[in-house]
Amino acid sequence: MAFRRFVSHKAAVGSCFVIATLALFVVLAPFTARYGVNQSVQAPPNSFLSPRGNAWLGTDDIGRDLYSRLIYGVRVSLLIGLASALISVTLGALIGAIAGFRGGKFDDIMMRVTDLFLAFPFLVTLLVVRNVLGALPWMKPITGEMNSVRFIIVLFGIFGWMGVARIVRGQVLSLKEREFVEAARAVGASRRYIIARHLLPNSVGPIMVALTFSVVGAIISESTLAFFGYGPQAGDGATSLGILVGQAKGAVQTGFWWLAVFPCLALIVIALSINFIGDALRDATDPRLDRGA
Amino acid sequence: MFRYILRRLAWSIPTLLLVTFLVYLALRIGTDPVQSYRRVNPRASRAKIQQYIDVNGLDPNFVKGYFTWLKNFLTGEWPPSIKGRREVWPALKDAMANTLRLGSAATVVGIVIGLFAGVLAALRPGGRRDVFINTSAFVGISVPPFISAILLQLLFAVYWQKWFGASLFPTSGVYPAGHTGFDLFLMLKFMALPTLVVAIQIIATYSRYMRSSLLDVLNSDYMRTARSKGISERRVLIKHGMRNALIPVVTIAALDVGSIVGGLIITENIFSYPGMGLYFLKSFGEGDFPLLMPWMVVIVASVLFFNLIADISYAWLDPRIRLE
Repeated sequence: MAFRRFVSHKAAVGSCFVIATLALFVVLAPFTARYGVNQSVQAPPNSFLSPRGNAWLGTDDIGRDLYSRLIYGVRVSLLIGLASALISVTLGALIGAIAGFRGGKFDDIMMRVTDLFLAFPFLVTLLVVRNVLGALPWMKPITGEMNSVRFIIVLFGIFGWMGVARIVRGQVLSLKEREFVEAARAVGASRRYIIARHLLPNSVGPIMVALTFSVVGAIISESTLAFFGYGPQAGDGATSLGILVGQAKGAVQTGFWWLAVFPCLALIVIALSINFIGDALRDATDPRLDRGA
Repeated sequence: MFRYILRRLAWSIPTLLLVTFLVYLALRIGTDPVQSYRRVNPRASRAKIQQYIDVNGLDPNFVKGYFTWLKNFLTGEWPPSIKGRREVWPALKDAMANTLRLGSAATVVGIVIGLFAGVLAALRPGGRRDVFINTSAFVGISVPPFISAILLQLLFAVYWQKWFGASLFPTSGVYPAGHTGFDLFLMLKFMALPTLVVAIQIIATYSRYMRSSLLDVLNSDYMRTARSKGISERRVLIKHGMRNALIPVVTIAALDVGSIVGGLIITENIFSYPGMGLYFLKSFGEGDFPLLMPWMVVIVASVLFFNLIADISYAWLDPRIRLE
């Protein structure tokens, strides 16, 4: 039923194809990329070549192929998106379920903190939290260096749970009044059992939706951070979508349009596709939203 | 109603103190203000550093330091910035004025167009117009502001110049370099692109809110009652439909200030617009604690203020809230 509803959302099905193709390209990067991530397309002069036969999307300031770098960049960005979304959704689902089920002080404090964090300008909070996380010596073993990809993943993981927690909490609040939870309680099931076996499985729909939106959120956040120079400084010429988009800033005034347009387009396509999928998932898994039309 | 407002006001003061304390903590841990002072003034004497620590409230004891900072902040004895020892208030004031101008222009444009689009979409749900507006809004939400800013700059400034000789809109600042005095037309020209970037986000968000809110209202019983009383369709829509549909939108608008400020920060940076965002990114990059703290207080206070407005407007529009 839910599946049929999802398939009827045409944009989402198209988006699935787009993302699947992208994923395939990215996973098979050694074969699909025409050059190495750090390899120049030809002997100098090779910088800022416009799109042409041996560099489909042009080259950057030191003559590297933009097409190949985009593939490697999207690979890193998708990894960041997926890994940090998994962390934040796991954290958020647990915290949200416990807060919604127990209620009381814990719930109050959690939701106050969440509201406060979400009310502030996102970039400011992200930058401040990033610095605090980097300055805590006891987090070093988990986060690694401040400009590493791992640090970014942990940062987004810690940062992203709040939105998820709020959604899951809302779901649990309505679920826990239902008869089957009451029945479970009546036969003496423990709290942990009820949360793990009844509440969380019944919230899979919203959790999946939150997961897709977290992936987009993380990819966009990474690009934003990198754009302002606070992103991962991957060594050895490794790149990410954010780093590529960051280069676009300098390319605008000089008129090297391909350096601005292609990374931006890649980001737009990815964000739009995943958002479409998330939207369709929400419509498909939430029967209350049956809009008729 | 009056008592409700008083109670909420009384609550907002401890909240403000608590949040500024958290910000103070985060900045102390995250940017290490003493270290950034030493970095800028490597040969500062011990007494100089101690004086800097004293006026900024950077006591090793966080709680004691916070109260020293708070006392100096409230009595107006704001320490000068680390870099260049500039006065903080004039810089902050200018940044606030510029951002307020950009932000209110974008908000007005965005909300007017957004609400209008939302109404158009809701009047014929499922129609071609609805699909068009909905899809555009979806795209608008998905595209982060710095992407649209880059692409708009490329199109209207750089390539316009290439194709038509002169660029349509300038890409940075409020006035051209060296300009003095006030010139409305020039200012509007400089503000057009940044306003558009911020407004796109607002239009996209509000057309969706307005659409779903109005759809809820249109399906309600009192609309049918109003129609069956023989009131003209136009009057039904405006007096009964719009007024009720706007209630949730007003509340969301007040709560949304944080995200609008977020969009402004990004946009200002790209267009080198000398507002709060540029101020923040610059002083944050330099770890300039004396510049950062007052900025944070302004942001915290305005977020809390608009939250208060949201609560009050909601209570005013919906009497059930007050009784709790």
